[in-house]
This record gives sequence, C-alpha cells and structure tokens, in this order.
Amino acid sequence: MPCTARRTRRTLRGAATGAAALLALSACSPSATDSSDSSASSDSSAEISGTVTVFAAASLKESFTTLGKQFEEEHPGTKVTFSFGGSDSLASSITGGAPADVFASASPRTMAIVTDAGDASGTPATFVRNQLEIATPPGNPDRVSSLEDLTEPGLKVVLCDEEVPCGAAARKALEASDLKLTPVSYEQDVKAALTKVELKEADAAVVYKTDVKAAADKVEGVDFPESSEAINDYPIVELKEAPNAEAAKAFIELVRSAEGQKVLTEAGFLKP
Amino acid sequence: MGGGPRRRPVRRGGGRGAPLPLLLPALIGLAFLIVPLIALLVRTPWRSLPEQLTSVEVWQALQLSLICATAATGVSLVIGVPLAWLLARVEFPGRGLVRALVTLPLVLPPVVGGVALLMALGRGGIVGQWLDDWFGITLPFTTAGVIVAEAFVAMPFLVISVEGTLRAADPRYEEAATTLGASRFTAFRRVTLPLIAPGIAAGAVLAWARALGEFGATITFAGNFPGRTQTMPLAVYLALQSDPEAAIALSLVLLAVSITVLAGLRDRWMTAG
Repeated sequence: MPCTARRTRRTLRGAATGAAALLALSACSPSATDSSDSSASSDSSAEISGTVTVFAAASLKESFTTLGKQFEEEHPGTKVTFSFGGSDSLASSITGGAPADVFASASPRTMAIVTDAGDASGTPATFVRNQLEIATPPGNPDRVSSLEDLTEPGLKVVLCDEEVPCGAAARKALEASDLKLTPVSYEQDVKAALTKVELKEADAAVVYKTDVKAAADKVEGVDFPESSEAINDYPIVELKEAPNAEAAKAFIELVRSAEGQKVLTEAGFLKP
Repeated sequence: MGGGPRRRPVRRGGGRGAPLPLLLPALIGLAFLIVPLIALLVRTPWRSLPEQLTSVEVWQALQLSLICATAATGVSLVIGVPLAWLLARVEFPGRGLVRALVTLPLVLPPVVGGVALLMALGRGGIVGQWLDDWFGITLPFTTAGVIVAEAFVAMPFLVISVEGTLRAADPRYEEAATTLGASRFTAFRRVTLPLIAPGIAAGAVLAWARALGEFGATITFAGNFPGRTQTMPLAVYLALQSDPEAAIALSLVLLAVSITVLAGLRDRWMTAG
C-alpha cells in the first residue's frame, strides 16, 4: 500500500518524468490506465506534482471524474486517482490507514467517522448537497408517481443499505411521510441500487437525483416531495496522513471553485 | 549448509535437519497464513461476544448461510456427480474444453460470476426472462438465488474432486458388472458410486465450505436482505462499515465453522488421497 505515495512522488520529481514514473504509477494505483502527457514542466504550478488520491462517495463518480481530468490539465504532471464507493466503507478504509489525500463523503455522519478518528486535517467543508429521487426503468412501466407507490405489494424496490448515506436519507424520507417500505434488497451503495433498476431486475430504487441524471436514458426519474426532508450535505476534507498534501489542497480548491461548482450543479447537485 | 543433504540419499528419520533456505521461507509462509487468523482472535471483543452472537440478525444470517450452503451442495451433488462421470468416463470431442469450462468458476472472480448469473438468470436475462414469463419465477433477491450463486461457485470443487477419484478408480469393475448383465446406470449406481464415495464426500465438503464463504456472486446476484439473502459473509461486510466489533465477532463464527469442517475432512478423507 504505501508504495503508491512516496515512491512515485519521488520518481515524478526526478528528472525523467517519463515511462518509469508511469510504470510505477500503474503498478500501484488501482486505475492508472491512461498515460496522460508526460512531458511535464508547467510554470504556474511547479509546486504541485505527483498523484493525488481522492476517496469519494459513489454518487460523485461522474462529476469528480470530470473534475479530475480538469485538474490534470491545469496541473500538468499530476495524476488524480479515485476510489469511489459507499461513503461508509471509504471512511473505514481511511481510518484503517488507506493512503488517501482527499475524502469527499455523501453525509456528515460518515465524515464524522474520519474526523472523530483524527484522520482529517482541518474542518470538512460542505461543497454540494444532493436530493433523492425515485429511479424507474425507462417509460416508468409501473407508473410510480410517489413515494407511497413504492409500498405497493409486488413492486420490487431496492434501497441503499441504511449504513450508507443514500439509505439513511431514504429512511428519513420514509419516516417523514410515515411510510413502511420493505425492499427486496439493501444494496451496498447508491450505484449498486441504480444498477439493479438499469438491468430491470428491480422496478424502482430510491437514489440521488444526480445518479438518475448520470444514468441518462437508462432510467427515468420520479421526483417526490418528501425528498426535501432528506437533503444530504456533502463534506470534503484533506486528510492528515495525505501523502500529497499540496495537491490535495489544490483539488479541494478546484471542487469548491466556481468552475468546480459548475460541473457539480450541471450533474444535478444543489449548491451548499 | 548447502551440500550436506545431497550426499545422503537415505532419508533420516523424522524429517529432521531441513535445510535453512527451505525452512525459513516455509516458516514465513506458515506465519503469513496463520497470523491474520490469530489477529482475528486477538482483536475479538470477547466481553461483548455473547451479546454480539446472540443478536437476531446474526442467527438469521448464520442459519441462512448453513441452509444455503447445504442446499447448494445438494444441487452440486445432483448435477455435479453425473457431470464428473461424463468427463471421466465418456470420450467425446472437445472434452478438454468442456473440462476447462467446468472449472472456470474456480478462477473467475465471484463478482463476475454474479454478473454472468444476472445476465443469464436475472429477470431480464437470456434464460431468466422466460422463467419469469412462463412460470413467474425470478431468482434475484430470493433465497433460491443465493443457492444458485453459491452452487455456481462451489460446484467445480465437487466436480474436480469426483472426476479425479473416478480417473483413479479402475473402470474394469464397471466393465465386469456390465458384462454380467447390469445396465450402465446400474453399474454406476451399484459399483461406481460406492467405489468413489470417499471422493464424493471430500468434494461435497469442499463445495460446502466454499459455498459457506461465498460473497461476491451472492451480493451481486441475490442482493442483500436480512433473513432472505443476507448470508454471513454479507453480514460481515456490511457490519464492518459501521460496527467493526460485530464484523470481527461474525468472522470468528465463520472461521470456527470452516476450521471444524476442514479439520474433520483432513483426517477422514484427504490424507488417504
């Protein structure tokens, strides 16, 4: 594990930022496939180099991937690697010592796991908010129009597990409207729940608006008023043990900048 | 240090005097495999263990795990033993390829197996959509789905074990039985089966143990619902996200069950080989 950070950083700083570095990179990081332009040396961002590892909630996948590419363009010679997943499992990997620079979680509760363990550097900042939506297969074959429709017997609904923020939010919305819903499965993260609808294995899932938007025409979104009872704040923080602290700061800056916010709101996130 | 043993072809009693270049990595290997298990014991919250293990969810998950692993082993026996017989006793073109395909789930990542099962037997799968249309049967999100996922992953262990035993068994007994007038099926039932019973038993236990530990295919294909599809490995995984102590306690139970089974297996069937 620790091979990613220090070794590659040193190699990258070395004279030849070429094949060797990229090799070392791809050997250690989970998804370093595209070898971006290795002829580095830009003047504006001489400080920032190397890999920045971002652990982010599954719901941030599309927008953060876009932002990661932007970051790499703005800071030549850097490489952003992501680990997307359920905020809870990401948080426990971080407290377990995973070498990450930045953590962006889908709820303050999961962020607290990291801050309580003393693994964060500074105070987490809310950078976006997200609202729930019902996802159905295209054309909404079961004519789902409200949260209450999901309680109909015979309808296969999947929710996120309650340990995961999207599951906690769904439970909040259900409780607010006094509904009892028995899903067929509690999925381990929001993308897994959405996938079950995309594959038509489930008739509906309660996911985030942003996920419905990201899935484009593979699912259809149904808004429900109770979702305003369960809006999730997304906090982001630099990690204390960050192997690449400068890059972590710069990445968080980008996420919170007007430019970053534009990408995020286009994906369907709400401003904090 | 190096040249000693070569000059002495007669083995000394008790296997003493293993050369250091072998002994050292062997001990490291042993430690590598055992230390994580010891760590589990060390970190076990013994105080709260009784409480952890008597919760309803744990019993539900353990019960479901035992039932599903046993059912998956049953399924594997019914269709796996004939398959092993076919591979061992019948010459047909492409047998090598079929054998390779049969053992594929051994090396396939279980999650891939789960995705493949979804594509085949899911509600929209190539076979599953007919099951759904004609019989109203859908496997995902059901206990039957867990059994299917576990059988997919575990059956190759049984097939390999039974096929190996069949190849080692002398086919002349069967031939003798058929020349004495028994049909080939009767010969299989009355002669072959008793002959290879130890191999079947060993394969069944291996398959059962593998099914018990199955995680990837199950969570992908059958989802996660307490009491219906949440087996012990799934419970461990989800518990780890919020309550590591509970995850350790659950892991301990699975470890105990697996060790018991494998220890029994080792003495009874495997050493004779």
